[in-house]
Amino acid sequence: MTRYLARRLLLALGVLWAAYTVTFLILFALPGDPVSIMYGGDSSDITPEQLDALRAQYGLDQPLPVQYVTQLGHALQGDLGNSVVNGQPVTRLIADALPPTAQIAGSALVLAILVGGGLAVVATATRSRRLSGFLLSLPPLGVAIPSFWFGLTLVQWFSFEIPLFPALGNQGFASVVLPAITLALPTSALIAQMLSRSLLHTLREPYVDTALAKGAGRTRVHLRHALRNAALPALTVTGLVIGGLLSGAVVTETVFSRAGLGRLTATSVAAQDIPVVQGVVLVAATVYVLVNLLIDIIYPLLDPRIVTGARRRVAPPTTPTARPASVPAPDRVAVPAGGSR
Amino acid sequence: MSVRPLSSRALRVAIGLTALGLALSACSSSETPAADPSSSTSSSADAGTPVDGGDLTFAIGNDPISVNPAGIGSGNDTLYVTRQIVDSLTWQDPSDGSLKPWLATTWEANADQTEFTFTLRDGVTFSDGTPFTAASVKANFDDAVAAGAKSSAAASFIGYKETTVVDDHTVKVTFSTPNAAFPQATSSVALGFLADSTLKLPFDDRASGTGVIGTGPFVLDHYTKDTETVLTASDGYAWGPADRKGAGAPHLAKVTFQVAPEASVRTGSLTSGQVQAIGGVQPTDIETLQGAGLELVSRANPGIPFGLTFNESSDIGKDPAVREAISLAVNPTEIRDTALSEGFKVAVGPLASTTPGVADESSHLVTDPAKAANVLEADGWAKGSDGIYAKGGKKLAPTLAWITNFSPNQTSVELIQSELKAVGIDVQLWSGAVPDFQAKLADGSFDLVWGNLSRADGDVLRTQYSTTATNFYRIDDPTLEDLLTKQLATGDVTERNALLAQAQERLVTQHHVIPVHELTTYLGLSKKAHGIELGADSRLDQLTTAWVD
Repeated sequence: MTRYLARRLLLALGVLWAAYTVTFLILFALPGDPVSIMYGGDSSDITPEQLDALRAQYGLDQPLPVQYVTQLGHALQGDLGNSVVNGQPVTRLIADALPPTAQIAGSALVLAILVGGGLAVVATATRSRRLSGFLLSLPPLGVAIPSFWFGLTLVQWFSFEIPLFPALGNQGFASVVLPAITLALPTSALIAQMLSRSLLHTLREPYVDTALAKGAGRTRVHLRHALRNAALPALTVTGLVIGGLLSGAVVTETVFSRAGLGRLTATSVAAQDIPVVQGVVLVAATVYVLVNLLIDIIYPLLDPRIVTGARRRVAPPTTPTARPASVPAPDRVAVPAGGSR
Repeated sequence: MSVRPLSSRALRVAIGLTALGLALSACSSSETPAADPSSSTSSSADAGTPVDGGDLTFAIGNDPISVNPAGIGSGNDTLYVTRQIVDSLTWQDPSDGSLKPWLATTWEANADQTEFTFTLRDGVTFSDGTPFTAASVKANFDDAVAAGAKSSAAASFIGYKETTVVDDHTVKVTFSTPNAAFPQATSSVALGFLADSTLKLPFDDRASGTGVIGTGPFVLDHYTKDTETVLTASDGYAWGPADRKGAGAPHLAKVTFQVAPEASVRTGSLTSGQVQAIGGVQPTDIETLQGAGLELVSRANPGIPFGLTFNESSDIGKDPAVREAISLAVNPTEIRDTALSEGFKVAVGPLASTTPGVADESSHLVTDPAKAANVLEADGWAKGSDGIYAKGGKKLAPTLAWITNFSPNQTSVELIQSELKAVGIDVQLWSGAVPDFQAKLADGSFDLVWGNLSRADGDVLRTQYSTTATNFYRIDDPTLEDLLTKQLATGDVTERNALLAQAQERLVTQHHVIPVHELTTYLGLSKKAHGIELGADSRLDQLTTAWVD
């Protein structure tokens, strides 16, 4: 177990470093530097000397490798530099933006698991083929609806037409509801899709028949035997879903006029505020890595074969084909637990 | 969001409504906020006596990013906020663009426009109680120069030598080169005044607003990024410009600038009464707001109107005949009618109609596609089998660079493309993100560019078209260059305007630019909000005249 954990931890650090480096290279490949962009239009009377002075102040006059090493060194000490647009420390901007995003992303995740999980369980447990068919047709719809449109529709109905919730800003619990629903929609659809397929597959396993034959009730078999096994691939998707929530926050926070990581990303990308963009990417990568690390820790608890059978080819609890086509992320789902480690 | 094309009927309705709205807002800006019987719909003009102590929530599209008045924020929305906190030496009168006394009672310049002496108003204090004196002016100007490019005031201080405190109420600002545009520049927010304690803070630290203290009618309560900026009234305020209606303390007790990035959400928040005013009204939302019976305050932006400018280092841009042909092929009225509504004027020349020193050059702005073809043929161009002109084996296919900083732009450039195609010119449209666009302007890999630039002084022509400034267009025209340099050394307004008029004529007769349509700024007001006005720069003026029921 310790070896397993150490390995996951090392990999996590590697991912973080790679994310930092790739962002740095990509941002540097963009045309123009932040200083010339800021002074592009209105302030066309700035002298080149003044611009050079500013570049020197931000270290933008240094050769690329020097900038990289200096910045990486600072980043390791927790200093992500200052915004080139307003001079504020990136760490403070991110620290201010994290809580409101965590608020809606957390609420959305809980909502998505409840709704998505509930839908999957009901759809697979019901004896009504019609209900099951209807429920199973919902997730693809949920994935297909653009959250931008969905969010605007919610605002239109439940804020402008019926003034139940505020349309703007971070005004306590009431202003979390609509953004959380918007964010939860694609997420719950993904979970429902994943879990229902996984459940349907598991329910066809011989041990389910065995359990039923031994006299266990349908509900007990469904929830205790099948769900536990079917949850593993769904859990993997949940890791990806966190990444989806962070990127979904860009649209959701824009529609609902909320401060947060999504808005910070949108505005800093637009202004090519390189230090802020890099900080945001690093934070997103950290969250992603931490969640996956957490999942890696939970795996063995759900399925001990993952650690003990590390070098043996073990039949996965469910087939990987359950991955919906719309999952855009790295192919973790397709790697059956323990398969290649 | 993409532009929703209006049907012709909807367009006509919009035009009618917009014209009505313009008439109403014209009333509201020229009348005192007393009863105006000629006004048939509710507007700030007929809402009776101002009510003291109201709270106004004003939705803006962008986070201010920096609430330092001299900081580089997000443009208009930042200035809407910071204008409330600071006062300036001069006030530019929106009715005619002239400069009126504000914190300076009088000012004069020496003959060559390198020395400006300002006499300051007495009894002005910062909101921390410290007095505003000649030393404050010097400290602020020196601070702006020391901040360099970080300060948005830097462009006004090119060639700055020093500020001298003559006595407590007199300062002299000296430049090494002529700067006739300086008195106008002193009316800007960027050159507004901050207290000594604020200037002691490092420049970057002022962005958060903590410790930002001015002499303005409102005091910054707090700024929360991407959420809101809250201002409260400054009690003793009594030094607004005498020529402005609201020179005294504001009626409003509190102003909240709420960030709402989505235009449709701003519109919905206004119609549902969650906010009382909105900025950044999109041309496509004008009809909706007027349909809901809401008042729109509008003003054409001064500066350079939307239009085409040539890159005269390119083969296409350096050929005067090609420039003339393209000018003749573009039909500004058709573009305005298709992409916008009548609230947006067809350009009268290289400067927008609200710019001080504007000259009406519309007699030189002719649309004549047949003549365009003749001009090209006389220049040795011949149509190929594909209907496109070519000369020496090279097709006439200019690259037109543009960006979506204004939503109707796409319609405008696509229409230009089809207008030119009809003549036999095959325009290649190029668009990209702002950084790519800036890079393209800088490296000169374009033939034409679509854009505008708002500024309330004719000197904007020099900053755009002189080869000594940014020089994106590489215009090789010594006559023009001479006029642009001379106007900056001419203090007499009539004389300066005459030089600017010559420069404007030169720009269109030499076809350096093809002006198309002006930009109009729209604010939307709920029925509860009154007296909200746009300044000479078509940005929100100080809210001293505003009140809510």
